[in-house]
Amino acid sequence: MSLLHINRLSLSIHGSTILKDVSLKVGAGRILGVIGESGSGKSMTAFSVLQLLPNGSACSGDISLSDKDILACSEEELCSLRGKEVGMVFQEPMTALNPLQTIGAQVAETILIHENVPKAEALARAAEALRRAELPQDRFPLSRYPHELSGGQRQRVVIAMAIALRPKLLIADEPTTALDVTTQAQILDLLKRLVAEDGMGLMLISHDLAVVADLADDLVIMRRGEVVESGPAAHLFRNMQHPYSRALLEASGHVPVKSARTTSAPLLQVRNVVREYASHSHGWWGQTTRFRAVDDVSFEIRKGESLGLVGESGCGKSTLTRAILGLEETQGGDILFDGEPVVVHHHANREVRRRMQVVFQDPYGSFNPRWRVDRLITEPYHLLDSPPQGSERREAIAEALESVGLTADDAGKYIHEFSGGQRQRIAIARALIIKPDLIVLDEAVSALDVSVRAQVLDLLADLGGRFGLTYLFISHDLSVVRSITERVLVMKSGKIVEEGPTEAVFDNPKDAYTKQLVDAAPVLPADVA
Amino acid sequence: MLQYFLKRLLSLGLSLVAASVVIFLALEVVPGDPAAYMLGVNAQEDTLNALREQLGLNGTILQRYLSWAGGLLVGDFGTSYTYRTPVSELIGERLWVSLPLALYALTLSTLIAFPAGIWAASRRGSYADAGVMGVTQLGVAIPNFWFAMLMVLVFAINLRWFSAGGFPGWEDGFFAGMKALTLPAIALALPQASILTRVMRSSLLDTLGEDFIRSARAKGLTRGQAMWRHALRNALIPVLTIMGLQFSFLLAGAIIIENVFFLPGLGRLVFQAISSRDLIVVESVVMLLVFAVIVVNFAVDLAYALVDPRLRRRR
Amino acid sequence: MKIFLHNRSMLPGLVLTLIFTGAAIVSLVWVPYDTTVLNIAERMKSPSLQHPFGTDQFGRDILSMIMVGARTSIAVALVAVGIGMLAGVPLGLAAAARKGSLLDEVIMRMNDLVFAFPSLLIAVMITAVFGASALNAIIAIGIFNIPVFARLTRGAALTLWSREYIMAARVAGKGPARISVEHILPNVTNLLIVQGTIQFSLGILAEAGLSYVGLGAQPPTASWGRMLADSQTMISLAPHLALFPGLAILLTVLGLNLMGDGLRDVLDPKLRRSRS
Repeated sequence: MSLLHINRLSLSIHGSTILKDVSLKVGAGRILGVIGESGSGKSMTAFSVLQLLPNGSACSGDISLSDKDILACSEEELCSLRGKEVGMVFQEPMTALNPLQTIGAQVAETILIHENVPKAEALARAAEALRRAELPQDRFPLSRYPHELSGGQRQRVVIAMAIALRPKLLIADEPTTALDVTTQAQILDLLKRLVAEDGMGLMLISHDLAVVADLADDLVIMRRGEVVESGPAAHLFRNMQHPYSRALLEASGHVPVKSARTTSAPLLQVRNVVREYASHSHGWWGQTTRFRAVDDVSFEIRKGESLGLVGESGCGKSTLTRAILGLEETQGGDILFDGEPVVVHHHANREVRRRMQVVFQDPYGSFNPRWRVDRLITEPYHLLDSPPQGSERREAIAEALESVGLTADDAGKYIHEFSGGQRQRIAIARALIIKPDLIVLDEAVSALDVSVRAQVLDLLADLGGRFGLTYLFISHDLSVVRSITERVLVMKSGKIVEEGPTEAVFDNPKDAYTKQLVDAAPVLPADVA
Repeated sequence: MLQYFLKRLLSLGLSLVAASVVIFLALEVVPGDPAAYMLGVNAQEDTLNALREQLGLNGTILQRYLSWAGGLLVGDFGTSYTYRTPVSELIGERLWVSLPLALYALTLSTLIAFPAGIWAASRRGSYADAGVMGVTQLGVAIPNFWFAMLMVLVFAINLRWFSAGGFPGWEDGFFAGMKALTLPAIALALPQASILTRVMRSSLLDTLGEDFIRSARAKGLTRGQAMWRHALRNALIPVLTIMGLQFSFLLAGAIIIENVFFLPGLGRLVFQAISSRDLIVVESVVMLLVFAVIVVNFAVDLAYALVDPRLRRRR
Repeated sequence: MKIFLHNRSMLPGLVLTLIFTGAAIVSLVWVPYDTTVLNIAERMKSPSLQHPFGTDQFGRDILSMIMVGARTSIAVALVAVGIGMLAGVPLGLAAAARKGSLLDEVIMRMNDLVFAFPSLLIAVMITAVFGASALNAIIAIGIFNIPVFARLTRGAALTLWSREYIMAARVAGKGPARISVEHILPNVTNLLIVQGTIQFSLGILAEAGLSYVGLGAQPPTASWGRMLADSQTMISLAPHLALFPGLAILLTVLGLNLMGDGLRDVLDPKLRRSRS
């Protein structure tokens, strides 16, 4: 008998259908992976189990939790289930905790709300729950506030809150999406251990097949509110039937066709670069301490090369990017582009700048919402002394748009008329329009769904060959870097810890940190991709 | 915490100095001789000289500022020309009307706004919510001195529950004094309460949409428990900001409302001083009110630190 | 346009605002009775067909006085909003463009300082030095509006500065001034329009208050606050003297506030909840 059984669940919110005939099962001590891209309804399925749905929601079908009919429960009964029988962990650990309460009080609250015990006992049990979530009391006492903890540590507090009463079922909605790879691996291990220890069922929701692959016993693949495929994980990975799941699997392990065209001539040279920030951390007239975001970094990018730069958040890769683009001055070292300095007399060198462009991560924040596409993608013309006018300009716009797979007619539209993937194509068109030599891709595909990501990676590979582009590809995602770059740099705490051909570095990491990073990165089972 | 406190204290001191310079300079730009301006054209030469001496007009600007500001520090605001008494005494008397009035109004507006805002937010979209929002919409739009006049018409002239104006003084007992201040306090409190209700409601609704409320609900808290235990204190932070800002409006409003009810407070004092060109009194009252605004905002900053642990340990 | 009128607060707000601005404009060319002519025989008449709102203690038609008074109120509040925007918006843009710099610090500290002076105190100081006039009211309210717009602009601009399209513009070699004008300003306009209507309505309230205590418009300029001050001693004999000017203020301010709410809902749905 399964612990949670959802049968033909349909959900509509204010009349629009969100879920259609979703069925799934979670058994005690088993892990169910629910996979889907954005808009697949995977999170709403999870929220339906606890009935924590937005106003205007209407459910039909059947949800039974240990033979209890959830949809027939009163709000009062639901409250007594939440936290006690079913725990829940959310995507965003940074905002999931009340900033004004100590972690001890927040974990103890789970206990106090369901059991009539003295506060001291609840706190003692909260300490135990935190310890099980690997936050030992000697380092993380109950009196800590959330802002004193890192994202991974906060997620552990949320997990402690969820498991304090040893629920039968734990629902984790993208629990590691907002975390770095190494932290992600630790949290996933923790969840796995808790499932084994308590014999609870786990419903693990993710957009990332690889995250779920080595954890889940069973899989459900969702798309647009429907289950397209489900079954035991080991079997399913080898026998995908539905074209969508096959496409998803293919896209996850997608490797674009690269054309080898690297020369030995250096295009960008970074020599002993140092970038420091002053932080006034010891009072307002105390001494200022300096924080080295980029610490004595040196490397080269060769013409035609595709170079990866990987590292976790806070490692200094964004600061380094800004320094290369000439947006921030450095405190030491040189950055030379084709032999010319990037910054001259405290100002960015225009000659150099017109040969470099950038594509950012966020397809929604990268464009002024009040401009039309033609104006958006011609913004880099500001760098030219005599930018094309009239028909010449129109042709250039059409060419740029067509080269990224859009049409010349798109020039008159506003950005909100495009999807995330299309926007990222427009960002690439904007980078291409002044025909640069180097394009910096700053987490350029990180916000995209896997299938769209695969298309954009193909486009980048294709454009690289056609226009002889050099790429600096910055990402936290090892699999993406592996698929598109020839050489890779690994950055940690402002330093480059390892450098070499991508395959060699990832297959045979020399540095301890690189090893940790590679081990932590979730991978699909080798025999399926 | 100590660091935060010291930092605020320094900024408080700087603000006070800056404000005193602004006020001093503003009244220093009086065209011509301030003494002659104050006494009018027919003044005797020796009275003029006496006044100049008394105003300390015989030094450089810096000397005059320093002696004025130095006086302020020890509570010496100078001597009023028209009343021929120390300004500090005049202000002291009037403060016993204005301060209780402002506090009375602040208390009323808080007592109305908090429950009303919480009530409206917890019943978002209901008729109760719409009703509260409608009333506050009117409350924000109504000129408080006109509302005061209407109250005088209804409660003093027609119903004779209150006197139409004047202040018996605290000698007649606490309740007589409070009674005389009741209509003025209501008039003052109404617009403030309306604004505060709206702020309370929207801040609470914002907080109720936060992720940590969802976490609390997932623990098994009811909607109400989640609101009282988790949302309310978080929602208080913007409300405190607005309360701090409102204090200055309350003071300004008090000056006008005192006129409607003929209350012998700082407002009356300042208008009498303007008409009798008693610049020393004007200067002193303005300085005092600005001082009050700055100090209240300082207190609000400290209140933040009490509510929000993130500020307590911020370096 | 359709969503404009479908909004619940927009329509009544727009109608009220149009009525009062209309009355102010009409009063420039025509009023029912000349407000500069006193007619003692007709004094303190209750509302009637000849005088829909009655007459005042000098026999002047109150409807005509309110129409002319609308002109004063609207002119003072409008110019004060103009002063606040013209000075405050560039200051806010500059402070945001140089966040954390000395310039930013100076602008923000000056803002804090002005915030400590309610417009009434500014008016008190100006009057004490230069004497009372409508100009006083404009300056006092205008000065008080500057930090309001400066703070609003800075806050909104700061969130925009962290957007990636600003980074893209910087990569395209654009400087802070150009970025502020091309990218920031157009994207804070909606916010400024909404705040503008709110400050406009606050300005009308403030002008009425100042005129009421004699720090604003002086006779013979008709002004709503002044009319209320004059009516106060006669309120028990002729309540209509106090009723109509007060209602005029209330309805104008209400109309502007409703319009502000409506504009915010229409122009920026994300802002809807952050309204005070």
